[in-house]
Amino acid sequence: MSSRFLSSLGVAAVLCACACARSNPPVKTDLHQLSRDDAQWVMPAKDYASTRYSGLAQINTSNAKQLKLAWTVSTGHDRGHEAGPLVIGDTMYYVTPFPNDLIAIDLKNPTGPPKWKYRPQNLETESQGVACCDVVNRGAAYANGKVFLNTLDGRTCAVDAETGKEVWVRQLADINRGETITMAPLVVKNKVLVGDSGGEFGVRGWVTALDSETGKIAWRAYATGPDKDVLIGPNFKPFYATDRGKDLGVSTWPKDKWKIGGGTMWGWISYDPELDLIYYGTGNPGPWNPELRPGDNKWTSGIFARRPDTGEAVWYYQWSPHDEFDYDGINEQLLLDLPIGGKTRKVLVRPERNGYMYVLDRATGEVLSADAYGAVTSSFGVDLKSGRLIPNKAKEPGTGKVIPDICPAAPGAKDWQPSAYSPRTRLIYVPHQNLCMQHEGTDVNYIAGTPYVGANVVMVPGPGGHRGEFDAWDPVQRKKVWSIRENFPVWSGALVTAGDVAFYGTMDGWFKAVDARTGTLLWQFKTSSGIIGQPVTYRGPDGKQYVTIAAGVGGWAGAIVAGGLDPRDATAALGFVNAMKDLPGATNKGGVIYTFALP
Amino acid sequence: MRNALLLASCLLAAAACRREQREIVHSPAASHASGGIVRLSELQPGQPTPEVEVRNASEEKAYDINEGKRLFAAYNCSGCHSHGGGGIGPALMDNYWVYGSHPENIHDTIVEGRPNGMPSFGGKIPDYQIWEIVAYVRSLSGLVNPTVAPSRDDHMQVKVAEQSKKEESTEEKKKP
Repeated sequence: MSSRFLSSLGVAAVLCACACARSNPPVKTDLHQLSRDDAQWVMPAKDYASTRYSGLAQINTSNAKQLKLAWTVSTGHDRGHEAGPLVIGDTMYYVTPFPNDLIAIDLKNPTGPPKWKYRPQNLETESQGVACCDVVNRGAAYANGKVFLNTLDGRTCAVDAETGKEVWVRQLADINRGETITMAPLVVKNKVLVGDSGGEFGVRGWVTALDSETGKIAWRAYATGPDKDVLIGPNFKPFYATDRGKDLGVSTWPKDKWKIGGGTMWGWISYDPELDLIYYGTGNPGPWNPELRPGDNKWTSGIFARRPDTGEAVWYYQWSPHDEFDYDGINEQLLLDLPIGGKTRKVLVRPERNGYMYVLDRATGEVLSADAYGAVTSSFGVDLKSGRLIPNKAKEPGTGKVIPDICPAAPGAKDWQPSAYSPRTRLIYVPHQNLCMQHEGTDVNYIAGTPYVGANVVMVPGPGGHRGEFDAWDPVQRKKVWSIRENFPVWSGALVTAGDVAFYGTMDGWFKAVDARTGTLLWQFKTSSGIIGQPVTYRGPDGKQYVTIAAGVGGWAGAIVAGGLDPRDATAALGFVNAMKDLPGATNKGGVIYTFALP
Repeated sequence: MRNALLLASCLLAAAACRREQREIVHSPAASHASGGIVRLSELQPGQPTPEVEVRNASEEKAYDINEGKRLFAAYNCSGCHSHGGGGIGPALMDNYWVYGSHPENIHDTIVEGRPNGMPSFGGKIPDYQIWEIVAYVRSLSGLVNPTVAPSRDDHMQVKVAEQSKKEESTEEKKKP
């Protein structure tokens, strides 16, 4: 055991001691245990089940209207702030968009100067040219006294949580192949799990596990190619027959197209410690024009269950075989135990980009139900016998074909912005968009390090004219319980608490608290820029409950503001700009972390 | 007055002549003015010296600009800049020029790349094609003669045709 590891254990112990004073004392950084401490927020989605639920109840439905601004910190950056902070002990950690500063804020003195700021050295600024959807970062991870962050130019960095000193750096992605990293890592059993971005650049998607102490690569699982690269072995038991067979990651593609076929992983990972399985989805196949890649294009636009120790695949399910619409399969998976068919089942709920709310048996990958939660014209549902999405042939894109009214549009009924689940209300809180598109397939050349899309897309508001929704969904009754319509896409994450308050932000800068049971607006605050971040809550050193959100518009949806794009071209930002022409009039750029509390 | 009209029609005729001109063999130097300095900054220490004016011959030929349009898609320029509205890269149909609007500025940007994401295409694309792309890029903001700018799109209509594009005022803006 290295002295570095011992010292980080020491740091962990110190940090725990801080936390322990206020809650149950974890003896070491057992993240599963630590995530139950509601004083802290130790991983991106609060817990391994990705519920974004906090047991804190100081702020509740009757007093939320009294919420007041407690403090703010400028991040110093003006591109899209999609990250949520971590709270470890008495420190908050926040990763900014590129150039990916990691800011440590002392919660004992949040209005004072930051504890420290870490910026990875010699960043490749050119990486901004291969980031499809603004230069965002979705957050950091923590374990063993270290904070882990990914950089747009393809590295994973481990930083001492106490001092801000760099512990190790590992280059994982290559910008000259169009690869970047934007996702928030997850640490499982001392492995830092990281995936790549670049689904619009003909990259080959992967997830890599790094040793949390050394940064050494433990395994890498590709999303395309031969079984040995995908880490498919004898223990791979997919539920559906179409996912069984040798080297499907090669044979479901035209010759060699799997090498540039996408399947990136820039979204969320969940972990079930009892089943010892990690779950994550795979991104869209490339190029977008599906005519150029006949076949199911495995293992893109699906979900894997894998062993965290070895990476070996246990099951797989494909949300969108031969995806035709950029329906990345990388959204969050909520691991819930729900009463279904008279017994409690271990399920995985996925609000999927293709418009369906899937409930899967998370031990086997069987689809138990899949119901539309947004407007869908691109398919007719999911055949529960075969598990297969039933595509609408009338909406099938092709070269030179212009097809209107495809719903959902390319960002899906919901993109990366993560949902929350409350065990009290038994509802899932789903921030999402309501957009449709006109689509024309084109020819495209593969040139490494340049976009590989092959489509002209123009997005428009979906049925009803509103572009966003914040919904409460009952996964057992399989229906929407209430729905809040928002003018702009709801591109922020969700948070729900034991006070039965749900939080989210809007792209014109309103941070909102709503009654988790009814959707009634309890409180709102206008921030300085549109919100696309992830709200979190924690108990401060003074015993008070705080709620934090970063404002800072951008991302794909906010590219028109973050990138100063021109709406006179309806295809700008892969067609998103056409649906967001009025955003520049509604908000402006600039990253600020806002924290609120009761007086 | 008559002389002026005569002169104008002569000039128009000359332009129209070049409009349909196609070169079979591309001379690399054809478009380049030699010598001088291509400046990206208006700020010069000491006495100002005149800027090099580069005449991009492709800007006078409909065929070349059309080729530029085709190449703009073929080399995936459109993947980042869309049809001029931008995306990963900046918009090209407006008057905001981070690295200069003159043909030589755009040429150098394509050849050299730029540190915030513009790839360096130097040595990857024949120089005459770069000048064709330059001409097309300038047509996106109405900076070329409308008689040579593309008049229609073979794809789904997503913006006004380059030929109908009103000239954007070309106030130079510096790197933010």
